[in-house]
Amino acid sequence: MTQLALVIDLNVCVGCHACVTSCKEWNTSGQAGPMVDQNAYGEDPTGTFFNRVQSFEIGTYPQTETVHFPKSCLHCEEPPCVPVCPTGASYKREQDGIVLVDYDKCIGCAYCSWACPYGAREMDAQQRVMKKCTLCVDRIYDEALPENERKPACVMSCPTSARLFGDVHDENSDVSKAIRERAGYQLMPEWGTKPANHYLPRRKTEITIHPDELERADNPLSKEERKQHNAPSSDPSLDDMTSW
Amino acid sequence: MHPPFSMVFLTTLIGAGQGLFLALFTGQVFSQFKLLQAHDSQFFVIGTAISILLLCMGLFAAFFHLGRPERAWRSATRWKTSWLSREIIALPAALGAVALYGLAHFLGYTEPLMITAGGTQIDLTLLLGLLATIAVYLLFICTGMIYAGIKFLQEWHTPLTVINYILLGTASGFTIATALAAYFATEESSLVPFYATWAIIFTFLALITRSAALIRNRFFIKPKSDMRSAIGINHKNIKQIAQGSMGGSFNTREYFHGKSAGFVNTMKIVFLVMVFAIPLVLLVLTFNLSGLIIPLVAVAVQYLGLMVERWVFFADANHPQNLYYQQIS
Repeated sequence: MTQLALVIDLNVCVGCHACVTSCKEWNTSGQAGPMVDQNAYGEDPTGTFFNRVQSFEIGTYPQTETVHFPKSCLHCEEPPCVPVCPTGASYKREQDGIVLVDYDKCIGCAYCSWACPYGAREMDAQQRVMKKCTLCVDRIYDEALPENERKPACVMSCPTSARLFGDVHDENSDVSKAIRERAGYQLMPEWGTKPANHYLPRRKTEITIHPDELERADNPLSKEERKQHNAPSSDPSLDDMTSW
Repeated sequence: MHPPFSMVFLTTLIGAGQGLFLALFTGQVFSQFKLLQAHDSQFFVIGTAISILLLCMGLFAAFFHLGRPERAWRSATRWKTSWLSREIIALPAALGAVALYGLAHFLGYTEPLMITAGGTQIDLTLLLGLLATIAVYLLFICTGMIYAGIKFLQEWHTPLTVINYILLGTASGFTIATALAAYFATEESSLVPFYATWAIIFTFLALITRSAALIRNRFFIKPKSDMRSAIGINHKNIKQIAQGSMGGSFNTREYFHGKSAGFVNTMKIVFLVMVFAIPLVLLVLTFNLSGLIIPLVAVAVQYLGLMVERWVFFADANHPQNLYYQQIS
């Protein structure tokens, strides 16, 4: 069974919001759109987004680190938002595990958002239906696009490649390897929702360098070595002079 | 949670409507089994009409909760999994059953269909009343389970939620029935003490269970999620510095009531006084003081108090998604 998902690497996310804007751009003009903005230039701007980047400060000053944390629908394998929907507008696709909302069936009761512990769903203030990340379902299967562009818009736009996209049920996929080898984890595992999206933790990449690795004892380019080699020699061969 | 006013009206109005029907039927059963003097048949007709009016007003309020009310019919389709869908079916069903019960009284279908060995007359209204009682209880359970069924809202995820919906609705219905009995009371016969007694019993029971829920939510809930599990970083000192938007979003509007903790605590005292203390005193007074004013004031105070109670019910619930929306920037 296929379960498409995103794997987000918190180690390289720089919090640039490129995924937020490209998500909004693609989806507001696509199948899910428009994603309405209100008071865009006013005092209290608000709008519908499928993806938001939040920032957290971890630690006590001065020992702090800022973690940028992109958050969108996690396409849970046990989605709590689906069974509570009274109309069946909220559903999980059998073929690829994407959780979607049928905007023509949604009555805008917001009950599904109450049943999502992640706050991944947002009610569109103008269309008055519930909206959420579609994993760019209208993009990833679009055969008019070149094959390497059949990815969610956020994945395409990420400048640091912090977002990976693939099938987490295929153990040989890039995302499964990343989860396995780089300690991928799920959000709020205590609720048993089994989110398909995973996050990769911050890592410290450090190497230990010893002083003798900085200065080679037998470095042929050292001043002493060169003096020795450049000294007039009795050797007749030109080779001896230039071998190094 | 941000208390939605449509839901405050829906749950309090249908609760009172259901409770009023239960009160009427309780009175009829007591009369039929000769434990109580007979009722004026107009009592049931007018009582049922008020009950239906309350249920219809609740249903009307519910439409204001929907973004797309014109599609509301679709919401009856997922009754296998969704308590909300079940309520959408149970509400018109209870409404219809109560209406049939009232119609049978209105048309005077009180000829006994059979007589039990003890001499009790079983008529059509009694059978329809039994049917409506089942429908009313199913509706109470559906309404309560909409809230109790969401495990993420730990303040609601308890059997007390369903019990409180049943007892608070029943208590307010019996208080209305007391006022109705006062309206029909004559010099010779009065049913006020009967309904007032039951209203006192249910109000008192509701006081116990609602207080139990308040105490549970205040002292015995350990939030399952915290910042560590929310973003998956194992550090005890995590502070949000940006939530991804400067001007709020659906997530900040739907899940935060925007009032101080002190205000919510004050409202708790206000509803304890208005739903329980004042009506209990007034209901006790009806035993000695006749007249319509005292029970009517009890109905009004208790209903307003129930609206405050429902507001607190929502405001008191903390959604785990709030962990992601602690700080605008």
